Amino acid sequence: MSGFRLSTGGRIDRNTLLNVRFDGRRLKAHAGDTLASALMASGENIVARGFKYHRARGIYSAGAEEPNAYVHLRNESRLEPNARATTVEAFDGLISTSQNSWPDVRLDVGAVTGYISPFLSVGFYYKTFIGPFSGTRFWMFCEGFIRKAAGMGRGMKVDDPDSYDKVNAFCDLLVVGAGAAGLSAALTAGRAGADVILVEQDFELGGSLLSQPQRGETDDWLEKVKAGLKDLPNVRILTRTTAFGAYDEDVYGLIEHVSDHLQSPQNHQPRQRFWLVRTKQAVLATGAIERPLVFGNNDLPGVMLAASIQTYANRFGVLAGQRIVVSTNNNSSCQVAVQLAQAGADVTLVDARPHVCEVLAETLAKAGVAVLSGKAVICAKGRRKVVAAMIVPIDSCGKATGLAKRLDCDVIGVSGGWSPVVHLWSQRFGKPRFDEASASFVPDIRGRETVQCAGRMVAAQSLEDRINSGKSTAKSTLKALELKPSRKLHPKTPDTVLDTGWAKDIGTIWAIRDANDKTMGKAFVDIQHDVKVTDIDQAYREGYVSVEHLKRYTTAGMAPDQGKTSNIIALARMAELSGKTIPKTGTTTFRPPYTPVAIGALVGHVHGHHFAATRYSPVHDWHVENGAVMTEAGAWMRPWHYPEGEEVLRDAYIREATHVRAHVGIIDVSTLGKIAVQGPDAAEFLNRIYVNGWKTLQVGQLRYGVMLREDGFVMDDGATARLGDFDYFMSTTTANAAKVLAMSEHLLQTAWRDLKVHVTSITDQWAAFAIAGPKARDLLQLALSGAEISGEQMPNNHFVTGEIADTEVRLHRMSYSGELAYEVYVPSGFARHVWTALIKAGEAFDLRPYGTEAMGALRIEKGHVAGPEIEGRTTLKDLGLEGFASSKKPFVGSVLKGRPVLADPARETLVGLMITGEQGALPGSLIYSTNRPMQGHGEGWVSSTTWSPALGKNIALALVRKGKFRMGEDVQVVNHLENQSLTAQIVSPHFFDPEGARQNA
Amino acid sequence: MSHYSAFSVFRNALTGNRHWQRAWRDPHPKPSYDVVIVGAGGHGLATAYYLAKEHGIHNVAVIEKGWLGGGNTGRNTTIVRSNYMMPGNTMFYERSMKLWENLSQDLNFNVMISQRGQYNLCHSPAQMDAARRRGNVMRANGIDADLFDRVEVRQRLPYLDYSPSARFPIHGAIFQSRAGTARHDAVAWGYARAADRQGVDIIQQCEVTGYIWDDGNIVGVETTRGPIRAGKVGLAVAGHTGHLADMAGLRLPIETHVLQAYVTEPLKPLVDTVISFGAAHFYVSQSDKGGLVLGGDLDGYNSYAQRGGLPMVEHTLASAKALMPSVSRLKLLRHWAGVMDMSMDGSPFITKTPIDGLYLNGGWCYGGFKATPASGWCFAWTIAKEQPHQDNAEFTLSRFERGYQIDEKGAGPQPNAH
Ligand SMILES: Cc1cc2nc3c(=O)[nH]c(=O)nc-3n(C[C@H](O)[C@H](O)[C@H](O)COP(=O)(O)OP(=O)(O)OC[C@H]3O[C@@H](n4cnc5c(N)ncnc54)[C@H](O)[C@@H]3O)c2cc1C
Repeated sequence: MSGFRLSTGGRIDRNTLLNVRFDGRRLKAHAGDTLASALMASGENIVARGFKYHRARGIYSAGAEEPNAYVHLRNESRLEPNARATTVEAFDGLISTSQNSWPDVRLDVGAVTGYISPFLSVGFYYKTFIGPFSGTRFWMFCEGFIRKAAGMGRGMKVDDPDSYDKVNAFCDLLVVGAGAAGLSAALTAGRAGADVILVEQDFELGGSLLSQPQRGETDDWLEKVKAGLKDLPNVRILTRTTAFGAYDEDVYGLIEHVSDHLQSPQNHQPRQRFWLVRTKQAVLATGAIERPLVFGNNDLPGVMLAASIQTYANRFGVLAGQRIVVSTNNNSSCQVAVQLAQAGADVTLVDARPHVCEVLAETLAKAGVAVLSGKAVICAKGRRKVVAAMIVPIDSCGKATGLAKRLDCDVIGVSGGWSPVVHLWSQRFGKPRFDEASASFVPDIRGRETVQCAGRMVAAQSLEDRINSGKSTAKSTLKALELKPSRKLHPKTPDTVLDTGWAKDIGTIWAIRDANDKTMGKAFVDIQHDVKVTDIDQAYREGYVSVEHLKRYTTAGMAPDQGKTSNIIALARMAELSGKTIPKTGTTTFRPPYTPVAIGALVGHVHGHHFAATRYSPVHDWHVENGAVMTEAGAWMRPWHYPEGEEVLRDAYIREATHVRAHVGIIDVSTLGKIAVQGPDAAEFLNRIYVNGWKTLQVGQLRYGVMLREDGFVMDDGATARLGDFDYFMSTTTANAAKVLAMSEHLLQTAWRDLKVHVTSITDQWAAFAIAGPKARDLLQLALSGAEISGEQMPNNHFVTGEIADTEVRLHRMSYSGELAYEVYVPSGFARHVWTALIKAGEAFDLRPYGTEAMGALRIEKGHVAGPEIEGRTTLKDLGLEGFASSKKPFVGSVLKGRPVLADPARETLVGLMITGEQGALPGSLIYSTNRPMQGHGEGWVSSTTWSPALGKNIALALVRKGKFRMGEDVQVVNHLENQSLTAQIVSPHFFDPEGARQNA
Repeated sequence: MSHYSAFSVFRNALTGNRHWQRAWRDPHPKPSYDVVIVGAGGHGLATAYYLAKEHGIHNVAVIEKGWLGGGNTGRNTTIVRSNYMMPGNTMFYERSMKLWENLSQDLNFNVMISQRGQYNLCHSPAQMDAARRRGNVMRANGIDADLFDRVEVRQRLPYLDYSPSARFPIHGAIFQSRAGTARHDAVAWGYARAADRQGVDIIQQCEVTGYIWDDGNIVGVETTRGPIRAGKVGLAVAGHTGHLADMAGLRLPIETHVLQAYVTEPLKPLVDTVISFGAAHFYVSQSDKGGLVLGGDLDGYNSYAQRGGLPMVEHTLASAKALMPSVSRLKLLRHWAGVMDMSMDGSPFITKTPIDGLYLNGGWCYGGFKATPASGWCFAWTIAKEQPHQDNAEFTLSRFERGYQIDEKGAGPQPNAH
């Protein structure tokens, strides 16, 4: 018989019927159900198929440890693969479908792999598919099939319609887990006035108490504690929230499932919320997970963790089957058996130990539970679900000592003891300690300075112990928080006879074998990854004995459940084989997250445009309004070109550049980095950071400067103006602003602490516009008042202050384009005002805006270096900038720039290329001497290219080996990738107006 | 020892898989060896294998403090490629690629080298130009490379974000079709088994705690299992390079940093290739088991702890969603970390050291997995012949002194290149 809903009981709302579907079939679901309980109540036995052999699989547990019941949840753009049915809360409109099976779970063709399973022994893929041929073709052919067979759920290739939120939270105490221990801890700390966050992954508080019968003594306690907590405004309770990771410095990651229990998020709520919690103290009370016993066919639908059967009965009012066999090695199953009998099942308790203690025996008998001692289930019978259990007498290691007897049943509950959930603790502090008394791994000590553990997590057994450990750990955190515990009494601890825990007299058996030490049929250690006992044995034989080798070779513990029920069994088996103890065999490392976390949740709002900040010039809107095509420059948006009519980029930039050389143009250069260098030692600072000298610069002047990295390579260039005695205004390239500031700060805070200098980024505070062209001065003379700017009064490298449209501005004279040019600096808030005034004033001079493409063409014509040339591997000499370097003073990079390879005369140096023919070269092409094979790294490379409007030719800048000495030579310019091979002549990089007559006009 | 083949799998299956032999022995350390390699990661094991196979030096021990392959070899994101532009790197990584291509056959162990191709996306014209230069260098050196524009990338990888809301639009990509992934554990195991067959002793659970000195020369190692003398000692300890060099009194241009990796729950085939984002340090591929394997940047602080923090987790996953918005509902299954030997130019060292008897292999940064075969091959050569092979000739310690940084990024001396 399959599972069915009991007529009474359960913490469900029988009055609310929910529309819940699995593979199209309507399930009987109520509010308060999980998808798993609804499946079970509806008699769905097979809910999934195994990973490798595609064997039928049913619901195995009632929580996060579930290895089997994984489904596709929802559909289309909201499809969630690998949803764990045991923790999916039932909601109206829930659609779920089975995974990894074809045509469906009930009849899965893939199950034929079961017949060839001996050939699919552990690690077989490392030994085959190598192929007789060389190369990787054969394997990749096979790999295609393997990939299709592997995987579980399907990922969608469409956008997620839901949103996610992030909270940064702080508290005194984070309590993880709202079972008996966690609730007690939260109440104790809350009453003492601590700022507490209590998190619980379930949608209800109570932990394992929820698996107790309704309206019993424990419910009474639970209600009172919940009421007590409700009264405390300083306790924040987060249900449906998983603490998935514990990180250094007492940082915890939580995921709150805000809307996962609804068909879709309502009222603009996010689907999930990521809480990043920084806490002073933490109490981990994460409970324990039941451990299976391993036997033949232990993956058959109907084999379940014993206490889960109890959970389904008491919490959801669902009995997994009428005839239940519970195979156990510990006392915790007695309560299970009794309560299942009370719920109306026919229960046989098969206890591996020779005798059950008297008190329990009596209670069991009274409840009508049949008890078989010294026995265990060696094999489950049935094809698609359990129909019987084969029961054998065993010795203390789990080996059969007699013949198996068949006992017909619907369900086999298993309990091999319990594993404390040490995950969060171990993520941070490493390997747990093996506690012989409870045969389980526990935190190596109960408390660290800021982290305490309580409850079943430290193998506390009785309810009383669990409650007390919650209280006492909370008290010790209060000490650290310097708070006094309140005198208020906690609700009275319920006393339950059967609340025995698992540790006392626990038997040390893991897998049940026949007299020849063999399991009967396929006996799975890791059900989710289809790893059998024989696989562990084979791994051992092949020398994969360390836990990590074992795990990786067999894949045990690496499935989505991360081995929550299986890891310890694999270990125990390996220990047995190698004759070592379990602690000597070791454990694998616990890694976050505790349960899988949606990527979107950790991303929050940081996606699409918000992935990274976008920086805009204060006149950005003007560019857009006036038809500019914008382009990315690092984080910035800059006008690329301003097309007129149908113009494409090429037409537009040629027109713009030509216009600058013939008339006058204006370009927004607000993106340049700007740094205020202030203080009595500012000049000395500049003298050290730039290669050229700064001591002679007068107020009112500015100067072009070059900086090196400490290792002697060129880092950046730009102009710095002296505004006052101790006040300099530095500009950097757009790309390197942050780097220059960081280097300056670093040096000032470490090596140059004696310098009295402040460096402050003022990039965003100042806008800057370059006005270039023969008519630039005429225009500015009209627009600017309060300053004289005639050629004599204001030569190059000088600045003045004046007013444009009643706004104070600073005008620098300096040229990048090679034309007569100025830069207008204006506080950002007035940027647009001044810009539009300039545009207006410019009408008389035919002023036009130009973009970065035209600027690029102009600077290439002039042979000015920019990002493509200052690429981090070029020296002053390479770029023809060595003339700037002072020999009279040290500066950043001055020592290391003299290293032999940097000073090698055979290095690549900056040259111009005059390309022959109509076709232009592309940056990144390689350069070879004529008649030399076009192989290897080449003799240089092309850095920047353009069709020069001024020359009417295709030109380029390039770095060519010994380039300076090769003027006039013809070379090949080769772009292998795009099949382009051109001839070019090496020329000076200063293509246009090399004397600089125009800019000095 | 049994040869692996489909036939051996079949034959063993018939006898219940009870007759498989150990993949490698678990020997006791001998008092002395010709060569002792410290560190049984991929590099150390490969070195031992090639010492025996290529140079006939069989009296070799590889000494490992934990379990073989448990360092970065067993923690990395398994990307294999040879798209290096700088002289000194280009041909070394291409040697590695060529060795990868027949490694399974050579080791008689399927290391699952899957040449599924790798895309490096470009997000600006400047990045396209830089990619063109790299691609041209590759082509000119006989290495496959292609440059795709946005249209072509979109046809090939339709599930990336091409929408106007993408913060960094995709302009194109440079593609290496021979690049791909390999199964990291299998690489360690394959080399271990093959080396073991050549007579190499792999000694696990044995930590090197110091050196045996003789007149300023190193003539062996002190270990937790006693002293072991050696004609030559080779270090291949990745994140612990600084530590082991320090014991020998050497200071190296290497810093140890934490790097995390991430894997999602297993999924049916979704991403058939390797994709690197160009706007942030991020890349993705899908393992044969079905998990999306994600890689990102260093956490940014020096540490020997093999765990990282949430800020980099958030950033890496944000990069994933920025690149491929549909990953949003997929779940992160596990994230972990390794400790990286970050050199100051992003390139490694395979070299003799100033101390006689001590040889160094380290500085692998983010990218040493792909180098494993060539690294072992060249290190073996260097140890056996007392001089570097031309493919590792530039991987010296003196390169910084001379000014020959092998700086693929142009980022200058900082421990986060590549
Ligand atoms: C998260 C992550 C992602 C990565 N992704 C990639 C990638 O996609 N592609 C790529 O090419 N590379 C990648 N790498 C880098 C790559 O993993 C490493 O460079 C490479 O594996 C290094 O191999 P190894 O053999 O030198 O080091 P390891 O595998 O770390 O081996 C060194 C060994 O030395 C041992 N050891 C240390 N100290 C001692 C001692 N005192 N005594 C004895 N033994 C000692 C260690 O236990 C360890 O086993 C990644 C690394 C990480 C951490």
